[in-house]
Amino acid sequence: MSPRPRRGGTAAVFAVLVALTALMLPAAAAADAPSSLRTTLNEIEEEVMCPVCGTLLGLAESPQATREKAFVEKLIKEGKTKDEIKDALVAQYGNAVLAEPNGGGFSISAYVVPIVAFVVAAILLAAAVWKWRRSSGSGDDLPAVEGPSAEDRRRLDEDLGRYDL
Amino acid sequence: MRIRSFIAVLVAVAIVALLVFGLISKGNSRLAVGATAPSPTLPKLEEPGSGSLKEYRGKWVLVNFWASWCIPCRNEAPALEQFQQEHGGKTFTVVGIDTQDISDDGTKFAHEYDISYPLLHDGNGDNGHEFGTTGVPENYLLEPGGKLAWAVAGPVDAKILREQVTPFLPPKSKES
Repeated sequence: MSPRPRRGGTAAVFAVLVALTALMLPAAAAADAPSSLRTTLNEIEEEVMCPVCGTLLGLAESPQATREKAFVEKLIKEGKTKDEIKDALVAQYGNAVLAEPNGGGFSISAYVVPIVAFVVAAILLAAAVWKWRRSSGSGDDLPAVEGPSAEDRRRLDEDLGRYDL
Repeated sequence: MRIRSFIAVLVAVAIVALLVFGLISKGNSRLAVGATAPSPTLPKLEEPGSGSLKEYRGKWVLVNFWASWCIPCRNEAPALEQFQQEHGGKTFTVVGIDTQDISDDGTKFAHEYDISYPLLHDGNGDNGHEFGTTGVPENYLLEPGGKLAWAVAGPVDAKILREQVTPFLPPKSKES
């Protein structure tokens, strides 16, 4: 018995990995793309924090959040872009005002862990698929099948003869 | 199988260690009396440049953490300015630290209450966190060597300043 071809399975796993990566790339690019269009308070509120409350600005109703929103609205009226407003907020409150890790120290794990987790998951998935295909393809673990006995073969021939096929 | 178990335990220990590290690094305990106060360099609120509590070593310093959006801070501001007028000089000063506030708002506040003592801006609140503050206002009296002598987690008024802060000050600065 010749071994079953595995090339197709490996290619399928590779294709899945490429597709997943391709799906993630536009989102990552969009996150890094500079925004130059006029922004809104709602848009900014979803991307910055209320430093005193420790929540997104959009969810905060504290006096500090009220002042922060007024500051953002003032900058919007001045025609500042989203990035300029976020820079102004960082100048006032520091990096903690951004609803994202600053990329230094312990917070770098927020960037590294998802990438490592994705790579590990992809490797485990590929290994699992490879192992599954290998075990199902070899047939080593299938029970041995015996052919019909001489008696069974004789009865089969007799039955077939009766039907005049 | 033993290798798999070892890896599983290793991963579990690493996750727990990360969580513990996160909790420890986030925690802040209030500065204890006798402990040296942190004194990072901060931007000045009303003028260009920066300053630090270190600059006031040799004086008693009442550090007042405040913000323009804080109502109790507004209530205590006149008493602090009055205390500065009475005791400020070579041996004592109030230093206000405008924390987690927009600098323009802080500047307006300072003008509104005619604040004459030095003001610094701690936008991200890190300096306050190093003191162990949990909000504003909070007040910390530092001895000339920079160590904490007295603190109150809340607003002060003329009575508190007179009865609890004045006794620490040297005779010269007690004179009005």
